[in-house]
Amino acid sequence: MAVVKHETREIRSAEDIVLVRQAVRAWAIELGFRLVDQTKLVTAASELARNIVDYGGGGTVVIEALNDAERRGLRLRFEDHGPGIEDVDTALRDGYTTGGGLGLGLGGARRLVNEFEIVSAPGRGTRVTITRWR
Amino acid sequence: MFESGSSVERIPILKMGSYLLVTIQVDMHDRLATSLQDDLTARIVETRARGVLIDISSLEVVDSFIGRMLGNIAAMARVLDAETVVVGMRPAVAITLVELGLSLPGVRTALNVDKGMELLRGSVERVAKVNSRGRRQARDA
Repeated sequence: MAVVKHETREIRSAEDIVLVRQAVRAWAIELGFRLVDQTKLVTAASELARNIVDYGGGGTVVIEALNDAERRGLRLRFEDHGPGIEDVDTALRDGYTTGGGLGLGLGGARRLVNEFEIVSAPGRGTRVTITRWR
Repeated sequence: MFESGSSVERIPILKMGSYLLVTIQVDMHDRLATSLQDDLTARIVETRARGVLIDISSLEVVDSFIGRMLGNIAAMARVLDAETVVVGMRPAVAITLVELGLSLPGVRTALNVDKGMELLRGSVERVAKVNSRGRRQARDA
C-alpha cells in the first residue's frame, strides 16, 4: 500500500474544524468517493477534529491518499498531546462524555469508516486513525 | 475566511407572519451554531412566534454538534410555546446522521419548505382549536 499524497493541518479552533471538513471533502471528491461516502468521511473528520479542540488542547490531522493494488482510500490521522483517555473502551461507548456533548463523537466516527484505530494513554495524548476505501 | 472571535457574523432570522424562518447557508463553525440557538430563542419571545422553520438544504454535513443544536432549538422553542420544523435535509446527510447514531429525537422534519409550513400551520391551528375549546369548557362550567 502506497501513500500517494499527503497533507498536514493544524487543528486549534472551531474555525479549523470547518477547514478540516472542507479539506477532507476536497480530497474525497478528488479520490472519486461517491456523495454518501464523502459525507460520512467529512462527518467523522468533524467529530474527531472537535474532540481535538474540546479535549486535546489542539493538535493536527494528517490526510493521506492511499493506493494499493486494487483500491484507493483516504486515511486521516488525528493526533493531540492532550491529557489522553484513561479508558478507551468506555470513551467509545455511545452516550459517554466528559464534556457537554452527546458522546457520539468517537463511536459515531468509528461507524462511519471502514477502519478505525485509537491509541491513547493518560498524559500521552491521543491518536485516532480512520480509513475509508472506495 | 472567518475572522477569529468575530461577533458580527450571524445567521439571519426572518419573520413571516407568526413564524420565524431560518436558512442555514454556510458551513457553520460551532460558535455560529450556538449563537443561532441563542438568537432564535430571543426572537421567539420578542416576536411571540408560534413556529420556527429551519431550512438545512444547503448543509452538506450535520455532525453531532449541529444535530444537538437542532435538538436544543426544538426543545427550547417548545418550552416557549412554539413548534419547530427542520426541512430540506439532504439524503446523504440523513444516512450519515443515522449511522452516526443521531436520530434527532424531538425534532420534527419535512421534505421541503412548503411541506414544513403546512406542518407548522396545521399544528398551530390544532393547538389554537384545543385552547379555544378549553376556554369554552371553562366558561361553560
